[in-house]
Amino acid sequence: MSELVPLPVVLPLLGAALTLLLANRPWLQRVVSVGCLSTSLVVAVVLLVQAYRHGPLVVQIGDWPAPVGIVLVADQLAALMLVVSSAVTLCVLLYSIGQGQAEVGETAPVSIFHPTYLVLTAGVCNAFLAGDLFNLFVGFEMLLAASFVLITLNGTGPRIRTGSTYVVVNVLASMIFLISVGLFYAATGTLNLAQLTARLDALPDGVRLSLQLMLLVAFGIKAAVFPLSAWLPDSYPTAPAPVTAVFAGLLTKVGVYAIIRTQTLLFPDQQAGELLMVAAGLTMVVGILGAVAQSDMKRLLSFTLVSHIGYMIFGVGLSTVAGLVGAIFYVVHHITIQTTLFLVTGLVEQRAGSTDLRQLGGLARLTPLLGVLFFVSAMNLAGIPPFSGFLGKLGLLQAGVAAGGPLPWTLVVVGTVTSLLTLYVASRVWNIAFWRSPCRIVAPTAPLPALMVGATVALVALGVALTVVAGPLFEVTAGAAADLMERTPYVRAVLPGGAS
Amino acid sequence: MRTAGANLMSFLAIGVLVGCGVTLLLERSLSRVLLGVILISNGVNLLIIFGGRSGEPPVVGVTDEAAMSDALPQAMVLTAIVITFGFTAFLLAISYRSWYLTGDDEVPDDVEDRQVVRRAAHQEVSTADLASEPAAADPQQVDSPAPRRPEGPG
Repeated sequence: MSELVPLPVVLPLLGAALTLLLANRPWLQRVVSVGCLSTSLVVAVVLLVQAYRHGPLVVQIGDWPAPVGIVLVADQLAALMLVVSSAVTLCVLLYSIGQGQAEVGETAPVSIFHPTYLVLTAGVCNAFLAGDLFNLFVGFEMLLAASFVLITLNGTGPRIRTGSTYVVVNVLASMIFLISVGLFYAATGTLNLAQLTARLDALPDGVRLSLQLMLLVAFGIKAAVFPLSAWLPDSYPTAPAPVTAVFAGLLTKVGVYAIIRTQTLLFPDQQAGELLMVAAGLTMVVGILGAVAQSDMKRLLSFTLVSHIGYMIFGVGLSTVAGLVGAIFYVVHHITIQTTLFLVTGLVEQRAGSTDLRQLGGLARLTPLLGVLFFVSAMNLAGIPPFSGFLGKLGLLQAGVAAGGPLPWTLVVVGTVTSLLTLYVASRVWNIAFWRSPCRIVAPTAPLPALMVGATVALVALGVALTVVAGPLFEVTAGAAADLMERTPYVRAVLPGGAS
Repeated sequence: MRTAGANLMSFLAIGVLVGCGVTLLLERSLSRVLLGVILISNGVNLLIIFGGRSGEPPVVGVTDEAAMSDALPQAMVLTAIVITFGFTAFLLAISYRSWYLTGDDEVPDDVEDRQVVRRAAHQEVSTADLASEPAAADPQQVDSPAPRRPEGPG
């Protein structure tokens, strides 16, 4: 079964090469990309079932044994992330095909969307599966390089302006990551995560703490944790709607995943737990207050994205099994729901020609379906029962209460307030854009493309389905969190002879 | 003769490269930022190289195993160089495009941010929160007035 593990990385890369060759045949491009991503989704589901039943699946690339060669590891956490990310990327791909964003147009001389999008997916999957720090770095660089192209698609003025901020900040984050990779190697002589678990214990506390902080800064920039989050709300909103959606849903969560992976596996004594919790609280508050001030739907959603990253970091910072369970569940929920909201915003833009709240109004009356889609996902984000947002927040708050102590209690309060403010922000958008009377006559336009609406409906349904399958999902996340805290299943799977 | 490993000079070189790079990175012009990125990445590559053991070329059969240098950091640096090369090319393309569109390659401030700051300074409410036009201005929204009942006597 473990032969399947490299497929989520290899398939999209092959697809990228193929679609580049088929640049003049839009239909074949679509078939290849959709085929690649749907196969990845099936493979990811199989991997999750296998990892849940039989423990982590490991592949030694080229049959080089573990500490020397490159390993790909699909444990429960990685497989779960793969399933969610494949489902989301597939839906967004269908959406962008429906929008016609993906093909050659007057402004795009080469059809570059499909190849870059597939490389982005490959990079995300590689980061999830990586079993050593350098491969994690390569995964990050793959998705970054692709995201640079996607965020400056068509090279218009605003996209170049915001894109340059994005590129510079992320290149800097990569440099910091690369420095810490170099330091890890210099200090321990290995980059294999499983072997690092044994070797890091031998290091002096100060060295270990500085390595940990270097990694946290690098991943913190990518995950947009306050105070390293200022780049995000400036750069995401100008990109095309499907691109913003997949960035918002996935890229920050890859950073969160890397934080979860390295903090639990490499630094079990959690010297940074309190620091993470303080950062989490500030992220929540600053992000949501930023959202309150915005008058453009895309910017507003970018700020809520930053704010809700705080919940996941809170779960990691608690460094208890319950906290991790909550964090992982919240990652799954948030990937789905944040992507959905950006896709709905894209539909609003398609329908009304703008996402500026000052120009919107009466959408619920003009397009009732759009109203329903937005309402369900906004309530899901704000955490109204019985949606998965409520369950995720409840899990995290319970974990905080169980942990006890002044800091977790503060975070519980902050989390509740943030949830209420999210509800305020969501209902503000609802009132202005959907519920008030139209402030200008919206010319009747062509009906929304069926594929765009279909993809959005599918994602909204997935978000609602997370509530239905919350029981089994919590079971999987509990298993993943227990494995992470215990560490031995991962290490034993990668290095059967034991780490040294 | 065994080649020299990491020494004070090498760390000074790393420090100078990264320091100059960070200074350039703080500039507004994209081409200076680009030079900064190149300097930092060279500094980081040196750092990685010095993380491994120095020695003779790591070729089996040519060099005694004990005298070999560590090949892994060299492989990592090669990968890092390739990646930085790609990013450099992309940054160049962006700064060229920016110059093509606006006449220079400086990164301007975000317009929306400025507006929020200005509104806060004047203590204004966002116009989105005010119903800018009454509902009556929209013909679609206003129901046609109910037909008046004919006023009969009594």
